[in-house]
Amino acid sequence: MNINATLIGQAIWFAVFIWITMKFVWPPLQKAMADRQQQIADGLAAGERGQQNLELAARRSAETLREAKEKSAEVVAQAERRGQHLIEEAKIAARVEADKVVAGAKAEIEQEVQKARQVLRDRVAELAVAGAEKILRREVDASVHADMLTTLKQEL
Amino acid sequence: MSSELTTTGYIQHHLTNLTVGSGFWTWHLDTLIVSGLLGLIVFGGMALVARRATSGLPSGWQNFIEMAVSLVDKQVKDTYHGKSELVTPLAITIFIWVFVMNAMDLIPVDFLPITAGAAGVHYLKVVPTTDPNLTFAMSLSVFCIMIWMNFKVKGFGGFMHEVFSVPFGLKLAPINFLFRVIEDIAKPISLALRLFGNMYAGEMVFILIALLGVWQLPLALPWALFHILIITLQAFVFMMLTVVYMSMASESH
Repeated sequence: MNINATLIGQAIWFAVFIWITMKFVWPPLQKAMADRQQQIADGLAAGERGQQNLELAARRSAETLREAKEKSAEVVAQAERRGQHLIEEAKIAARVEADKVVAGAKAEIEQEVQKARQVLRDRVAELAVAGAEKILRREVDASVHADMLTTLKQEL
Repeated sequence: MSSELTTTGYIQHHLTNLTVGSGFWTWHLDTLIVSGLLGLIVFGGMALVARRATSGLPSGWQNFIEMAVSLVDKQVKDTYHGKSELVTPLAITIFIWVFVMNAMDLIPVDFLPITAGAAGVHYLKVVPTTDPNLTFAMSLSVFCIMIWMNFKVKGFGGFMHEVFSVPFGLKLAPINFLFRVIEDIAKPISLALRLFGNMYAGEMVFILIALLGVWQLPLALPWALFHILIITLQAFVFMMLTVVYMSMASESH
C-alpha cells in the first residue's frame, strides 16, 4: 500500500467522469424523465376529463331522447285530432253533395215527367183528331172545324 | 514465472501493480488503465444513450440507465436539500463507477493476469478499487468538493463561525476547531479505507480460494455470489456517505 502519483491520475479520471455525467448524462435523462412524468400526468388528467365528458354526453343524450319522445307523442296526438276533423268534414261535404245530387235528380225527373205529359197530350190530340178524321172523313172539313178542334185540344 | 509458483509468490504476484516510474512519480498503469477504460465505456455509453433519450417509451438501455440513475437521484433527494446541481451527477458517477470497478472482482482471479502475461505484461492487478491510490483520490476529491461547498453555501464567515463554535460554543473555540479538524479529516480517510479494505479483502479471499486446487470450484461460486452483494453495497455506501457529507456541508447546524 503505497501512495504515489497514481492518486493524481485517478483524481483526474474522477473529475473527467463527473464532468461527463454532469454535462452529458444527467441533464438529458432528467429532462426525459421529467417530461415523461408530465406526459403521464397530462394523460391521466385528459382521461379524467374524457370520463366526465362522457357522463355529461350520456346525460344530455338521455335528455334529448326524452324530449324527442314527448314531441313525437304530441305530433301523433295532433295528427289523430286532425284526421278526426278531416273525416268529419268529409262526412258533411258528402252529405251536402248527396243532397244536391238527389235534388237535381228529382228536378230532372219532374222535368221529364212534364215533357212526357206534354208529348202525351200532343199525341192524344193527334190520335183524337186522327180518330175523328177517320169517323168524319167525308162530312167534316178540317179547315171548317179547326176552331172547334183547337178548343178541344186546349181542354185536354 | 515458474519460480514464483509458491503460495506466497502467487499471492504477491496477484497483489503487485504494473508500475512505471519510481519514487512518488510511480504510476500504477493497471489501475489507471482499467478504471479509465471502464469509466469511458460506462459513462460514454450512458452519454450516448442519454443523448437519444426520449420522454416516450424508453428503450431497454435507457430504461436500465434511468432505473439506476433515478435510484441514486431518489437517495440524493431524500438526503440532500441544497440547490447544487453537482451533487446528483457526483453521486451517480460514484455509484456507477465504483460499482463497475468493484465488479471486476467477479472475473476469475487468474483470467486477466494470465491473458496479459501471454501478451508480455507480467503484473496486472485487475480490480482498481483494491488500489488505495484510487480510493484516496476519490475520497480526497469528495473532501475538496465538501470544503468548497462549505465556503460556497455558508460563506467564509459562516463557515469559520461554524468551525469554531460548534458544538460547545465560542468560549471553547480551540476545542471546537480541533474536533472539527479531526471530524473532517476522518471523513476522507474512512471513506477511502472502507472501500479499499472491503475490496482488498474480497480479492484476497478470491486468491486464497484459487489456491485450493479443485476445491476452488464449489467455493468460488458462493463467494462470488456473496461478493455481488458486497460490491453493490460498497458502491452504495460510498455514494451515500458522499451525499451525506454534501448535505452536512450545505446545512447550518
